[in-house]
Amino acid sequence: MTRNLFDKELEDLHNNMIKMASLVEESIENTITALRKHDIKLAARVFEGDDLIDELEKTIEKQCLNLIARQQPIAKDLRTISAALKIITDMERIADHSSDIAEITMRLGNEKFIKPLVDIPKMAECAKIMVNKSIDAYISQDVELARAVYHSDDEVDDLFSRIILDLTVIMKNNAKTIDQAINLLFVAKYLERMADHATNIGEWVIYNVTGEHGVLEG
Amino acid sequence: MDNAQIKIHTKDLNLFYGDNQALKSVNIQVEEKRVTALIGPSGCGKSTFLKTLNRMNDLIPYVKIHGEIYLDNLNCYQDYDIVELRKRVGMVFQKPNPFPMSIYDNIAYGPRVHGLKAKAALHDIVERSLRKAALWEEVKDRLKHSALGLSGGQQQRLCIARVLAVEPEVVLMDEPTSALDPMATLKIEDLVQELKSNYTIIIVTHNMQQAARTSDRTAFFLHGEIVEYGATEKIFNVPKDKRTEDYITGRFG
Repeated sequence: MTRNLFDKELEDLHNNMIKMASLVEESIENTITALRKHDIKLAARVFEGDDLIDELEKTIEKQCLNLIARQQPIAKDLRTISAALKIITDMERIADHSSDIAEITMRLGNEKFIKPLVDIPKMAECAKIMVNKSIDAYISQDVELARAVYHSDDEVDDLFSRIILDLTVIMKNNAKTIDQAINLLFVAKYLERMADHATNIGEWVIYNVTGEHGVLEG
Repeated sequence: MDNAQIKIHTKDLNLFYGDNQALKSVNIQVEEKRVTALIGPSGCGKSTFLKTLNRMNDLIPYVKIHGEIYLDNLNCYQDYDIVELRKRVGMVFQKPNPFPMSIYDNIAYGPRVHGLKAKAALHDIVERSLRKAALWEEVKDRLKHSALGLSGGQQQRLCIARVLAVEPEVVLMDEPTSALDPMATLKIEDLVQELKSNYTIIIVTHNMQQAARTSDRTAFFLHGEIVEYGATEKIFNVPKDKRTEDYITGRFG
């Protein structure tokens, strides 16, 4: 075996990707717990934790650029590194949305919910699993797992449509609910975007492994 | 990466081949147990500079050297006996140059010259040096065979083992892979990474990618001067001088 140093640096890169993914998953979990429990402190922690994720994104970006400048990656190695550069942008966006939801939680304060939160936590759980799976797929270069992420997105989209319908009905019946319903709509929209970003990550994994973009069915 | 000791440093080093000035006020601090790469176009002075470090230029007529070179804060041209200096500062050349003798005798040559006679000790040094040069497994069953029967990449690792056998502190490498195929090149590069925990390595290379891959610090030479010297990561990501940028991006001249 040759290129020991390069392989070690790629491993460092993977470890940082895993670290970033687990921070992102944690931020999704915490932001929804904070929302459900009206936990302003936890929401504030999610909001502040975003800086750490941004820092890690910059670190990984620097690692990737360094690898390109110093190790002249080609073929699979080049795809792995360019995929990492794209994936961290998606992960960073997901964390931003956790932060957006945390802001809404802080704004709502102790205000009682206009309806029990059922589908929103479900969406969040789905989005979290998608992020987890997409990064697993990246690390293990598993195309099947990446495809599974793509299919989970349909479930998230269905939940999103249902939430919109529910909230529309509630707003029509009682104009006083509109302020909070709009906030909850945003929460749902952010979750839907998170799942889209996770889907993007899955697509980058497929590109990484196969060298091709696009249609996911193999 | 921080707090490295300085192994070699120069003060206003100028070198002339007759009237032709090959090095102009070179001031550099080479860090201990790091890989320092010297890059630059042909005739920029990088090999000349490398050779001054173990006084290989002493043999060339009409060479005049002004300025100072220090190894561990002792002046290389005043405070060292040349044999002692070259024992501490070994060199590997562009073309592998095994002696026309057995693999074993190639490695034992240096220690014998320095007075080592005991068979057991010699055998020890031969094995240890070949292991350090990542060649032992490939040659252990044919130590008595001629070194000339080895492949080019193996010959170069043999030459590295031969240098290591006299237990130097600094290893100078003058384009050590330019005569080797890509796989043999990568093996030597891996070896350089292994060796740097025990040796200070200075490598001259025409292959900029090799400098990027293997070195901790890079010096860019041009017309006998150091244009830029710094962390390899910086030189290859954000060089400060436009001439460095032009050279490493292949837009030179």
